[in-house]
Amino acid sequence: MPATTKKLAIASTALAMLAATNSGAFAQKKYDPGATDTEIKIGNIMPYSGPASAYGVIGKTEEAYFKKINAEGGINGRKINFISYDDGYSPPKTVEQARKLVESDEVLFVFNPLGTPPNSAIQKYLNSKKVPQLFVATGATKWNDPKNFPWTMGWQPNYQSETQIYAKYILKEMPNAKIGVLYQNDDYGKDYLKGLKDGLGAKGASMIVLEESYEVSQPTIDSHIVKLKSAGADVFINITTPKFAAQAIKKNAEIGWKPVHFLNNVSASIGAVMKPAGFDAGQGIISSQYLKDTSDPQWKDDAGMKAFDEFLTKYFPEGNRIDGSVMFGYTVAQGLVHVLKQCGDNLTRENVMKQAASIKDLELGGLLPGIKVNTSATDFAPISQVQLIRFKGETWERFGEVLSGDATN
Amino acid sequence: MSAVDKVASEAPPVEAVPKRSMTLGTGASLLMLALLIIGPMFVKNFIVFQLTMLLIYALAVLALNILTGGSGQFSLGQSAFYAVGAYTSAILMEHFGVNYALTLPVAGLICFGFGFLFGQPALRLSGIYLALATFALAVAMPQLLKLGVFEHWTGGVQGLVVTKPDAPFGLPISQDRWLYYFTLTIAIGIYIASVNLLKSRSGRAFMAIRDNEIAASAMGVDVALYKTLAFGVSAGITGVAGGLGAIAVQFVAPDGYTITLAISLFLGMVVGGVGWLPGSIVGSAFIIFVPNIAEGISKGLSGAVFGVLLFLVIFLVPHGARQVAIVAQQMLGKLTKG
Repeated sequence: MPATTKKLAIASTALAMLAATNSGAFAQKKYDPGATDTEIKIGNIMPYSGPASAYGVIGKTEEAYFKKINAEGGINGRKINFISYDDGYSPPKTVEQARKLVESDEVLFVFNPLGTPPNSAIQKYLNSKKVPQLFVATGATKWNDPKNFPWTMGWQPNYQSETQIYAKYILKEMPNAKIGVLYQNDDYGKDYLKGLKDGLGAKGASMIVLEESYEVSQPTIDSHIVKLKSAGADVFINITTPKFAAQAIKKNAEIGWKPVHFLNNVSASIGAVMKPAGFDAGQGIISSQYLKDTSDPQWKDDAGMKAFDEFLTKYFPEGNRIDGSVMFGYTVAQGLVHVLKQCGDNLTRENVMKQAASIKDLELGGLLPGIKVNTSATDFAPISQVQLIRFKGETWERFGEVLSGDATN
Repeated sequence: MSAVDKVASEAPPVEAVPKRSMTLGTGASLLMLALLIIGPMFVKNFIVFQLTMLLIYALAVLALNILTGGSGQFSLGQSAFYAVGAYTSAILMEHFGVNYALTLPVAGLICFGFGFLFGQPALRLSGIYLALATFALAVAMPQLLKLGVFEHWTGGVQGLVVTKPDAPFGLPISQDRWLYYFTLTIAIGIYIASVNLLKSRSGRAFMAIRDNEIAASAMGVDVALYKTLAFGVSAGITGVAGGLGAIAVQFVAPDGYTITLAISLFLGMVVGGVGWLPGSIVGSAFIIFVPNIAEGISKGLSGAVFGVLLFLVIFLVPHGARQVAIVAQQMLGKLTKG
């Protein structure tokens, strides 16, 4: 390894010197592998195949967005070369692909690789190589750790901070609540549950009357709902993925259980959850959001949404508009373009990280009004604000202020 | 039984067995060995890493080859043994600070025991039924690894990060290169042992069972013992491969050892040639590199392209690399005669 680093160091110094001699007048131009006068090479790893292939559309959206950027002249005159590989959501394959990107394709950095296990697998490698692992596509809380992993940065609000926000709300509005929790038995469900318990604090133990977990492989969760009702819970924290969320909402209505219902952001989709479950059954459900829901009619004339639609028709016509992943990919790609613009002609890995860690109040078209991207040298959680929403009629109604929930603070 | 019969009928006549298990001729073996030793000296670390994975998967395919090609039993559960090996190594290294080299025999032994025990049902099941039973094992394994009871050790869904070993004695080579030669040494050792095993009394017993179970038992072969033994040996080698895989990848997580891995290994065996041990490395190359080629051709349709390539291989050379090798040998023979 030391030999490689040395080689790399020599190579990059040579490159830098070359750049310096080539353009004496523009001495400030600085490049690491993957960046030249005409091109920025970006690596990406997505599950285009395998169990999580539904998320592969994120990579395709990003590719389409960079095509748009290139068609419009690129970033500071440089075209984006987006190299995206398939890992099938299998960590060993992720490692192989990450190494291929860094050592063979020589990308400037790895952008938005998807999934908690795949990102865990490459975090140590990328940090030891000092290659940025930028804006990872997972909601786990551990990505905001600039001290131990200065080359890794998250993107979306993390799971723990979301349930912490619900907990704060419950403590304030319903201090005598009896809470029933239903969660998916994996890292995602457990992360959410931990946030809830942390948020409730010492009092939490007595407020939670029942914790029920289910396996993704289960066909239905009806029996859990019945159990939660009979436990006498009057607040229901619903930590489920879309299919199960719709089942839960339906079952609640069927058995006439009317708790204050908190639905996690993962399933706060009108197209994928609320509509299949039936709008009547979903009235009054509380959730949180940071992205605009593309199937929500209230954004029909919104400028950001119009730009999104324009992008879809022109560069990504095959994209499914109501798939939340498309909006996700679109927004994170915009975030990256902002960072690269800020980098100017100093396209070193260090500067990419530096610019990514100095985003100030950035507003993007896909984000809800009032939600801003912010980072600093000690805050590697770009989006940490969410907006509480309540389902009314056929749409989400925002209420209260934009809330901030950095889990680490 | 039908599936086993098929394997038996595809295989050359019984008299040819020793020659077949002889694998490559001495010259070809030495050439291959020289390539494996010298090749990695001139390539990038990333390719060295890929070659290490090639050897590791080749070992796992070899293990399956002993089971299916040797004793005629099917297994779609190799990923489970691979996972147990990987986790054994990872847990020993990270929780107990055991030297990486020492974790491998432990992984092998534990998997041998595990495979031997699992081989018990193999006595009652055969052919596709056995394949299904092992399939169940492969499906269950990732979930078992996620169980809360073991989470303290396994790291649950988050997996475990493994530290990559440096070259010992201050050798001036990179971690990747060191790991490659380390893996190569083990792979050669296991390969030679496997060839000898198949040539030995036990190996002949395996093959007798494969070709005709009743005849084998009439000849005095302890069918029950040898069937479970084949399972144990196969699982043990797979476990060592799993342990090496964990060290090379530096990470273990349940999602790395799904049924897809088991099917890939099965695929590797078929492409390499069932029962032909040197084919293992060809099969391994197929499962590592062909998906990358398929992805290079079309990202959205990588699965379909892979399917077409696989279909072509099975259609054109149904006996896999073995067939190619035999044809090549015949052509070479003609050339030298002429």
